[in-house]
Amino acid sequence: MRPSPISQLRLLVPIKRCIDYAVKIRVNGSQTGVDTNVKHSMNPFDEIAVEEAIRLRERLKDQVKSIKVVTIGPAKAVETLRTALAMGADSAIHVEVPETLVPEPIGVAKTLRAIIEQEGGVDMVIMGKQAIDDDAGQTGQMLAGLLSWPQATFASKIDVQADLKSIEVTREIDGGLENMKCRLPAIITTDLRLNEPRYASLPNIMKAKKKPIQKLTPADLKIDLAPRLETLKVTEPPKRQGGGRVDNVVELIEKLRVAGIVAS
Amino acid sequence: MPNNQLRLRALRLYKDLLYLSKDYPDPAYDYSGRIRKMFENNRNLTDAAEVERALKMGEYIKNETLALYSLRKYRHLKRTYYPPDN
Repeated sequence: MRPSPISQLRLLVPIKRCIDYAVKIRVNGSQTGVDTNVKHSMNPFDEIAVEEAIRLRERLKDQVKSIKVVTIGPAKAVETLRTALAMGADSAIHVEVPETLVPEPIGVAKTLRAIIEQEGGVDMVIMGKQAIDDDAGQTGQMLAGLLSWPQATFASKIDVQADLKSIEVTREIDGGLENMKCRLPAIITTDLRLNEPRYASLPNIMKAKKKPIQKLTPADLKIDLAPRLETLKVTEPPKRQGGGRVDNVVELIEKLRVAGIVAS
Repeated sequence: MPNNQLRLRALRLYKDLLYLSKDYPDPAYDYSGRIRKMFENNRNLTDAAEVERALKMGEYIKNETLALYSLRKYRHLKRTYYPPDN
């Protein structure tokens, strides 16, 4: 008799809709934030997380039971979910918030905790280490703290043990790599060198339109996403001062001396 | 007319390339126009081997474009978040 699999992994991949990496960021006229009326796409680090979930399934086959993506964002964030579904996720959850509300990491972590408790049986949460818009890099760690789960941050390699009870992760730390082993369920945040995300092809995007997206509101999860921090003012970095031309070497040395680069 | 399988493959390839053209970083480069021209130039091919060669070329262009996009993103992130090693 063929032994039935003892357990199967259920993966949750939180993603964020960000301003596209190629767009030049501009501060809006009233200095309250940046101009969001530009091209958006999935946070590149989250793409790496989605890709890793799909690669885990390709490696472990049936042992990965489901890959669920979740996003917290305005109505347009559905497009980002579709991209993740087109890459190969199974289903999605969309926690819809108004366009004006930008959730903070603690709010996002609490929402994710509520979703994990509601879903039940999530074995691994794989998420980007940071989003390229606010660069906070806190959500994964906060979620691990709230759930009291082990965390493997800045992962550059993930190996799931044969019994599906623990994982071995290689982390990128200052000046080298760290190998660690942790029990499941666990939180993993992805670093740049974990993998190269695939491109969601056109036919797959079409197919993704049939995959289920569950809509939730923060009220359904009994979460208050109101920001705790107040943004006083957003300004652009100072403009770079242009260089000047010198006519001869003497003038150049004089300028260097004034700048304190050569001794007088 | 070559067999229907090749025809479908060509159509799918053309669609894929047009879809990729939307993300091309340089707006001055007429990606979709060039793709269209290349397909038009080969529209009268009848020999299956020649069609196959043209399709291979198109698939090569597709893969190169995908590589370009992913490298561009990788380099942007590396430049932005990872200071150069000394």
